[in-house]
Amino acid sequence: MTTTGGAAPPGRKVPRGGAPAGRRGPDGATWFLVLPALIPILVLSVGPLLYGIALAFTDAQSGRTRSTRWTGTLNFQDLLHDGLFWESFRIGLLWAVGVTAWQFVLALGLALLLNTDLRLRWLARALAIIPWAMPEVVVGIMWRLVYNPDAGILNETLRDLGLGDGRDWLTGLATALPAVVLVGVWAGMPQTTVALLAGLQNTPHELHEAAALDGAGAWRRFRTVTWPALVPVALAVTALNFIWNFNSFALVYVLTGGGPGGRTRLPMLFAYEEAFRYGQFGYAAAMGCVMVAVISVVLAVFLAGRLKGGEDT
Amino acid sequence: MTRTSRTARAGQYAALLCYLVFLAFPFLWLLSTAFKPARELGSLHPTWLPEHPTTDNFRQAFEEQPLLRAAANSLTAALCAAVIAVGVATPLAYVMARHRGRLSRAATGWVVVSQAFPFVLVIIPLFLVLKNLRLINSLGGLVLVYVVWSLPFALWMLAGYVRAVPRELEEAAAVDGAGKARILLSVTAPLLAPGIVATALFAFITAWNEFFFALVLLKTPEKQTLPVVLTHFLGAEGAADLGPLAAAAFLATLPSLVVFALIQRRITGGLTSGAVKH
Repeated sequence: MTTTGGAAPPGRKVPRGGAPAGRRGPDGATWFLVLPALIPILVLSVGPLLYGIALAFTDAQSGRTRSTRWTGTLNFQDLLHDGLFWESFRIGLLWAVGVTAWQFVLALGLALLLNTDLRLRWLARALAIIPWAMPEVVVGIMWRLVYNPDAGILNETLRDLGLGDGRDWLTGLATALPAVVLVGVWAGMPQTTVALLAGLQNTPHELHEAAALDGAGAWRRFRTVTWPALVPVALAVTALNFIWNFNSFALVYVLTGGGPGGRTRLPMLFAYEEAFRYGQFGYAAAMGCVMVAVISVVLAVFLAGRLKGGEDT
Repeated sequence: MTRTSRTARAGQYAALLCYLVFLAFPFLWLLSTAFKPARELGSLHPTWLPEHPTTDNFRQAFEEQPLLRAAANSLTAALCAAVIAVGVATPLAYVMARHRGRLSRAATGWVVVSQAFPFVLVIIPLFLVLKNLRLINSLGGLVLVYVVWSLPFALWMLAGYVRAVPRELEEAAAVDGAGKARILLSVTAPLLAPGIVATALFAFITAWNEFFFALVLLKTPEKQTLPVVLTHFLGAEGAADLGPLAAAAFLATLPSLVVFALIQRRITGGLTSGAVKH
């Protein structure tokens, strides 16, 4: 029990480099607090993760009586020549980059608007709850109603505006991927907006006023005052969005099921089918490993490039 | 302070209006479809508002699919997962926030790393493990998965709430001779309560909305949760019965919307600021 801080005046933070208890390493009471969470984490998260990576080097299949054997890097060699997988991977990257970029641009715009003193901001905040709270399956169903070629509101609106007869958005080879990307943007925009808005409200107000007094226009103020303060939040939120989008499953599963002709078959859908439709556990685990590796590389390049770019300016 | 010209103002309002339309119109369309009679749904020129609103779709939705049973399954799984997740996460989050040991760093590292791994890499081994434990196709197995799956953000949120509880309060109680357990229970816990409730509600929503794990782990219709049963409406060839589909989808969203609206208010409550002043 430490009483060193007891004499400090109440209501004031005492700066300290960690409690003495933390320096000694965990004692019995700490273990008692930690174990209830630690055991499930080890058994159901860390363990399965390592097990999953190990599975990638085996010929594990579902419902087989023969015992599983180590096959070395055979799965990865097969993956290398699996054109369908790489096509799916390309689509996954297009999807993840497209959704993440549009999410960011639109969310930044909305956050800037919400950071002003406009009326109706409360309505935007209230409406933003809907995509955030809604089950992904319902988001998919809802947009299928919007995109519906006959009974959907999108085609009807286009017809009313005289912009042609509309089309079957989700089954057209050219329109399917852009159509699902739009849904991804709609579903993820609120979280990004809230994060960016929090970042905006932390930018120094005085700097803004000083810049305005110096005659800097809105765009210049944004570039020289707002943006530099926003960069850390923007980087973190973009990196997280990219990971989540690349691993996304339910939205596209409901919207198109990966069709038409595999045009929207994200890597997660591909791996899901491989594992639970065809029972190829080892092969699907190898896909998962490749996905992790690529995500890590993309993020490392992105973050390194962005951080360097930030220093240059 | 900042002088905004009239035209700029008008532009801002126009942009905000676009955002409002973009955010709202799919949901309004879902609502409108849910209340449309079958004849209007088959019309080649759909209207924005149902001309003869009806609740037939809701009745039909309940007749076509076992929605009530699915909702009960979802409710059970989500409630159990939320309570257990918060129960095991709160103590660890306390340690993460208060002690800067190796353990806390490892836990924080796990929270970050666990976000990067695709579900598919986790679900295959989990499937095999749960199969050995005979927990496939059971809500119990699903609850276990949901608990672990919601732990990263639960730890993250709760650690933040613990940091907001002033250390001085605990130290003052220690000076007064209270034991460690007593301090945690009668000083820290009450101040943490709103945060714990908010975290539990958040865990509830994520479990209620979750689809992928439920799809893989639950095989028989009697066990399936609401999102999985909803996809049955879509039918084999995507030839969906639109009205009942929209009605069921709307009903499945209501709990999430209500709970989410509740948390928003909870989070803004500043309980700690008052506690230190006295």
